[in-house]
Amino acid sequence: MFEDVVYLDNAAATRLDERVLEAMKPYFFDLYAVATSQFGYSLGIDARDALDVARGQIAAALGAGLEEFVFTSGSTESSNLAVKGVALALGEKKGRHIVTSAIDDFPVLHSARTLERQGFQVTRVPVDETGRVDLDRLRDAITPETILVSIQAANQEIGTLQDLKAIGEIVRGNGKGTGTLFHTDATHSFLRVPLDVREIPVDLVTVSAHTIHGPKGIGGLYVREGTPIRKWMDGGFQEFDLRPGVENIPGAVGFAKAVELVTPDETARLRTMRDRLIERLLQVPESRLNGHPVHRLPHNANISFRFVEGESLLLHLDMRGFAVSTGSACFSRSLEASHVILGIGGNHERAHGSVRFTFGRFNEDEDVDAVAKAVEEVVADLRRISPLGKD
Amino acid sequence: MPLPYSELVMEHFRNPRNVGRMDDPDAKSVEGSPACGDMVAVYLKVDPETQRIADVSFESYGCASNIATGSIITELAKGKTLEQAKKITWKEASDALGGLPPIKTHCSVLAVDGLRAAIQNYEERHGLVKERVPTTVEVVRKRLKRVMNPLTGLDLVRTNLVQDVEVAEGKVRVVIDLPADHQFAANIREEVTEKVEPLWDVEHVIVEFTD
Repeated sequence: MFEDVVYLDNAAATRLDERVLEAMKPYFFDLYAVATSQFGYSLGIDARDALDVARGQIAAALGAGLEEFVFTSGSTESSNLAVKGVALALGEKKGRHIVTSAIDDFPVLHSARTLERQGFQVTRVPVDETGRVDLDRLRDAITPETILVSIQAANQEIGTLQDLKAIGEIVRGNGKGTGTLFHTDATHSFLRVPLDVREIPVDLVTVSAHTIHGPKGIGGLYVREGTPIRKWMDGGFQEFDLRPGVENIPGAVGFAKAVELVTPDETARLRTMRDRLIERLLQVPESRLNGHPVHRLPHNANISFRFVEGESLLLHLDMRGFAVSTGSACFSRSLEASHVILGIGGNHERAHGSVRFTFGRFNEDEDVDAVAKAVEEVVADLRRISPLGKD
Repeated sequence: MPLPYSELVMEHFRNPRNVGRMDDPDAKSVEGSPACGDMVAVYLKVDPETQRIADVSFESYGCASNIATGSIITELAKGKTLEQAKKITWKEASDALGGLPPIKTHCSVLAVDGLRAAIQNYEERHGLVKERVPTTVEVVRKRLKRVMNPLTGLDLVRTNLVQDVEVAEGKVRVVIDLPADHQFAANIREEVTEKVEPLWDVEHVIVEFTD
């Protein structure tokens, strides 16, 4: 039924790669045991080995060691663990102040809000009109009480990349040692934009399999060795005593396989498609690119079309077989306009007509021209019935 | 289909009836604002003999429920007398569409308000306002409820931006609790004036901002 759909919402979820499923299968039917300690039964020891091999592969992709990577159920949980886990470890000892950005994703922003209700102070550093964090404001925001700076690697909607190295150096006090930790949510940039923890001064990194054609329900958190953090969910002692619960071994194996399958060539192909789409859509009158023209995710295009509303645009595109996303208030469950578009200084009108296109492995070159043509036609149709833009 | 919209809503969304700008209408209205969300314009042609709506059309800058309600409301209004058309409710429009999702009430109410405002515009233009209620602070406040705060997408009154309203001898003074150099100040001034000025006994509208 959905075979003909041109799917351009790969930031939200990606189609699983068959090779990932094949890699996972044995861990449902043969090696299904819980990961036991080295003194357990063979089946459990083999399961434990599979988990650690997967862990090592994913950690290596970040330039990290085996013992620095904690599996979680996905990026939401990873970011909750980072923010709340650091608050639990340092809230009493060091301070109760957290810094994030105005446009970070909800797992970080809402974790910070929860802590705020419990007496923590939260500073949300503003971003410029391209979505980049104001580094001077960031520097000013950090105090001796600041336990954590959590700023995303790439934005979920407009695709803007942050200068993680510069942010990390500010957090570290340019070598002076502040004791403040740096977490970045790299859900959307993982493997598409290089991030090596040996080069970037970052303590915690959120990643997930669902954005790289891996399974949903598995993600992880890089935790630099020696980082003060405590588990916020109680249970057993799994995952270095940071994340209790029976390990999702098929998920972990699938995640590692998905990591293995992402290549720089593939990313370059997505970038080419994205560039052509942006070029075409910016020829539509009264359109503009949201986010940074250069420092942006290679597979993300986010464009606002004036005088039309995003949900209408999305529904018309859906009827023509294209799946995209919008920052329009009408589309959101809460009827609130995108906090990202508002954060970059846009108003409701700009959020209203914003459309996000995100490419993935299963897109083909011809998808670009097909969706561009459909968007051109639908925008023209909706503008014909719009009271705006005619005088 | 997992869509929250009924087949009828989707049908009107796909093929909206009576859509487009009318040349030389007898009355028109614009509800909502681009800065904060949906917007509907309604145009009327009225038979002066019978007071029936001879023709009606709409334009929409909005979501599917906004477009569909605009479409159905024109179908419901066509041929009705102004008195009958005035009484068309959101519920009737919603029922005629096979129901609308509750969360979309705001967007669809806008179209119903648009029709009423167009009729009101016709009556004001043609001296048909029967009960000439003098403009009071309450009347002004009611109109301000139709001006949106672009920061939140909710109206000025609900978001506590209306600090003061004074009405005296045809002059209305509205104080908005925003700095005068706020990015939406000009936009809000224009909309407040647009909503309050047509009142029959208002000659002058002053919009001020706090610092």
